[in-house]
Amino acid sequence: MEITPEIVKEHGLSMQEYERINEILGRKPNINELGMYSVLWSEHCSYKNSKLVLKKFPTKSEYVLLGPGENSGVIDLGDDVGLSFKIESHNHPSAIEPYQGAATGIGGIIRDIFAMGARPIAALDSLRFGDITKDSNSRHLFEYVVKGIGNYGNCVGVPTVAGEVCFEDAYSDNCLVNAMCVGVVQSGDKEIDSLYGRMIKGVAKGEGNHVLYVGSSTGRDGIHGATFASVELTEESTENKSSVQVGDPFQEKLLIEACLELLKTDCVVGMGDMGAAGITSSLSEMASRGNHGIEIDVALVPQRETGMTPYEILLSESQERMVVIVEKGKEEKAFNIIKKWDLHGVIIGKVTKDGMFRILEKGKVVAEVPARSLADDAPVYERKGKVPDYLLKTREFKNTDVADVTEANSNIILKKLVAAPNIASKRWVYEQYDHMVQTNTFVNPGEADAAVIYIKGTDKRIAVKTDGNGRYCYLNPLVGGKIAVAEAARNVACTGAKPLAMTNCLNFGNPEKQDSFFQLDMSVEGMAEACRKLSTPVISGNVSLYNESESRRVYPTPVVGIVGLFDKDVEPMTISFKNDSDLVYLVGQNKDEIGGSEYLKVAHDLITGDCPGMDLDYEVAMQSKILKAIKLKLVNSVHDVSDGGIAVAMLECMKGNNLGADVNFKSNGLRNDSILFGETQSRYVVTVSGNNKDAFEGIFEKDCELVGKTQKNDSLSIKIDGKTFIDIDGKEYKDIYDNSISKVMTIE
Amino acid sequence: MKYGVVVFPGSNCDSDCYHAVTDQLHEEAVYIWHEEASLPNGLDVIVLPGGFSYGDYLRCGAISKFSKIMQEVIKFANNGGYVIGICNGFQILTECGLLPGALLMNTSQKFICKSLELEVVNNQTSFTKTFTPGEIITVPIAHGEGRYHIDENGLKELMANDQIAFKYVNNPNGSIADIAGIFNKKKNVLGMMPHPERCLFRNRKSLNILDIK
Amino acid sequence: MFKVKVHVMLKDDVLDPQGKTVSHSLDHLGYKGLSNMKIGKYIEFKVDSTDEATTKAQVDKMAKDVLSNPVIEKYEFYMERV
Repeated sequence: MEITPEIVKEHGLSMQEYERINEILGRKPNINELGMYSVLWSEHCSYKNSKLVLKKFPTKSEYVLLGPGENSGVIDLGDDVGLSFKIESHNHPSAIEPYQGAATGIGGIIRDIFAMGARPIAALDSLRFGDITKDSNSRHLFEYVVKGIGNYGNCVGVPTVAGEVCFEDAYSDNCLVNAMCVGVVQSGDKEIDSLYGRMIKGVAKGEGNHVLYVGSSTGRDGIHGATFASVELTEESTENKSSVQVGDPFQEKLLIEACLELLKTDCVVGMGDMGAAGITSSLSEMASRGNHGIEIDVALVPQRETGMTPYEILLSESQERMVVIVEKGKEEKAFNIIKKWDLHGVIIGKVTKDGMFRILEKGKVVAEVPARSLADDAPVYERKGKVPDYLLKTREFKNTDVADVTEANSNIILKKLVAAPNIASKRWVYEQYDHMVQTNTFVNPGEADAAVIYIKGTDKRIAVKTDGNGRYCYLNPLVGGKIAVAEAARNVACTGAKPLAMTNCLNFGNPEKQDSFFQLDMSVEGMAEACRKLSTPVISGNVSLYNESESRRVYPTPVVGIVGLFDKDVEPMTISFKNDSDLVYLVGQNKDEIGGSEYLKVAHDLITGDCPGMDLDYEVAMQSKILKAIKLKLVNSVHDVSDGGIAVAMLECMKGNNLGADVNFKSNGLRNDSILFGETQSRYVVTVSGNNKDAFEGIFEKDCELVGKTQKNDSLSIKIDGKTFIDIDGKEYKDIYDNSISKVMTIE
Repeated sequence: MKYGVVVFPGSNCDSDCYHAVTDQLHEEAVYIWHEEASLPNGLDVIVLPGGFSYGDYLRCGAISKFSKIMQEVIKFANNGGYVIGICNGFQILTECGLLPGALLMNTSQKFICKSLELEVVNNQTSFTKTFTPGEIITVPIAHGEGRYHIDENGLKELMANDQIAFKYVNNPNGSIADIAGIFNKKKNVLGMMPHPERCLFRNRKSLNILDIK
Repeated sequence: MFKVKVHVMLKDDVLDPQGKTVSHSLDHLGYKGLSNMKIGKYIEFKVDSTDEATTKAQVDKMAKDVLSNPVIEKYEFYMERV
């Protein structure tokens, strides 16, 4: 087949990139080789547009065992217990076929984790859709994405323990579906528990070692899925349904058990998942990391369909397939385990020392390229950014442009806020997820600001949370980026766990457009600074660019997943008020900040202004004081103030034990709406027993304000300078909060 | 007491049950692989754990009933051995005929995972002795197909023989007569959709269902 | 060689929430006059054999014992020589 400029273009490669391939090979590539380069050099695999930006992230600390570059990163929790975690996007597949798109997203991230030898112990998600109150397609996507994540995670037996969902018009053409998985791995010589595997890398080395293919057969599904994930959605691509892969969670469950059992033997050299870009990507990356070559025969690859070409086999993204490099002579051990789990395993090739990735079909060479050139030699582009036009307008907003709330309308506005799907309880979502299987889930979703998980067979507990705020990043990419990291860390700290490290998924628009690149570049700049200040280096992550349609671009949405570790003597903290007549404190400083708030959107129908400020030194100081207060058992409940402000935070604290609160704030000249509904950062609602008052105030000094007491009757009263603004029956408002989303989802 | 936890391909609550028995009840437990042709010696209790055996692709529990070990489990139960099937285990017990009825898709057509209240209906069994009649206990559920179904005569028979173990206080899935768990006639076999093995950090008392006395 | 098509349906007295919901949705979309909608399973496969009678007996047993649950489901099947 003659390679024409049209074919090159169809493969998403530029002519310069094509020339570069010619140079590398010293000849023109054939169609198989072109296909291989096109997927490996796509943004999804090569990060060619984001690599320089990603360099800003710190990736090292005393806790980091493995940073970015492997299937997933690993941190050290001590006593040879390693924790591997990573977040990944499946945005485009989910927009086309929400159920399978989301399901295979979970499947893929789980494979990245057990490919490291880790047993997956928790999954989290981070989802963005259009406005479900008015857009039926967004409801449809939301319904089936949640079902897809649920059914896959439930079946495979990995609890989905926490997450977040937001709804904004900006996501109505491109939903975002990010999934995170956390796994436990034996990082040293000592066995932790028979549940966990030993740490293994995705490398191919040792000439003559076997390339063992394990799992589902290869079909035509997902061909060009990886390049597909890097182009803008058009009318045509919604027709193109065959690009979407179908998940088989049962097969995945068997693969987890078989792979972890394989690692109990001495036969495994390396392991990898055949995910995006399938066989080509996993094998070339493994060969490149191991400084070796690989030779396979595609005729040996188990095939689900007849008449598949080498091109299709090489690029197929069929799910639930693993590749294991098995030491020569020890293959019997591997086959026994594979047979026990009723899986299909075939040796499809061998490791070579010539550094080439050589593909045969029944012995005849059909592609032959340097493995390293696929994995590491993709072009790197230095993109330019330019301040987006809209920012000039949104920055003109002043708080005085909108009327302040009054004693007469505050209750009604609070009612609207708690009914808003962005704020309302996500019960409708997490009740569809098995969040308890593996019996490590210490607090249920909704009870704390982050999930708290025991690690079975150890005395360790971790907290984990995903967070992101596209609206803040839209209005101020730099500060929004800082807040994304700070808020995830704050949520973890609210449970009493010390944040250790993070993973992130960068969901942005087309980086070739300057205003879009500006959003990416600035957000990462802000995130990286927050990572350094908060000592949470990045150990893994994923980039999803081109999330825009002809008419709309998503908000720049970096999603952050942070993991924290509990000291042994710390009891996990929850958000609910515990006793009648506990002292209620506000930790942090109120400010006149309503820009970008849910209040501004719900009450004034505006998405504008600047996002709240972020003083990272103050943030770090407050987090460490909160951790200290929890450790010293001085506090009975801790909840961070976020979307919807103090009024919503108070109402959330009233859940669980049906206790109310009566509080009064000093205005200090601030607007009423800023105090009640503003989203100023680094603030917490904390309750304290009377006998701990002095010790608590000794820690926070001027950074806490005693605002009132909890009360037995289930009602909330919030005053400002003695004047009552909020005076509500808790039950009524909590019912609205609990059931709002399920009500929206029954709209026909 | 010695417990055996059966592992089918796709079981995912097997280690939860194992750890609940060993770590919490401090009893001996062994895993039993589905392809074993015989049971380990000296077993007192067999647990059929939750999960998605064989992916539950045909019908929940439909394929598991044909596995080698199930023939032995049936013999064990018929000889008076204690068997408890939880969630997918309950589905397998009805499929293989050790318990009457069947489990269907929840009326909401959604998977439901949450803690809820059960009423102990019959406390005169080895599984429920530590509860008082009518006692309300809290146990989590996590299933998509937990709607218990039985025909009218079957239901009459269940009631006449005191075979109803637990009823939901607020029926989550449309089960007939709010049934959450049932016994066989001899009361040595219990099947239930809720997961007592998950009651580790709270509602600890519900774990007693696994503590055969 | 026979091609076999098996239909497995819930028995008439068993509530089928899927059928109910789909029927309801169709009604909303303007497809009026629908009733008694049931959603079942359709299974097809090939059997390598020449004798119709034994194949029929084999398929019947398989449908009764494995493919359906007689407590809640009924089945019917069709065979055609290919």
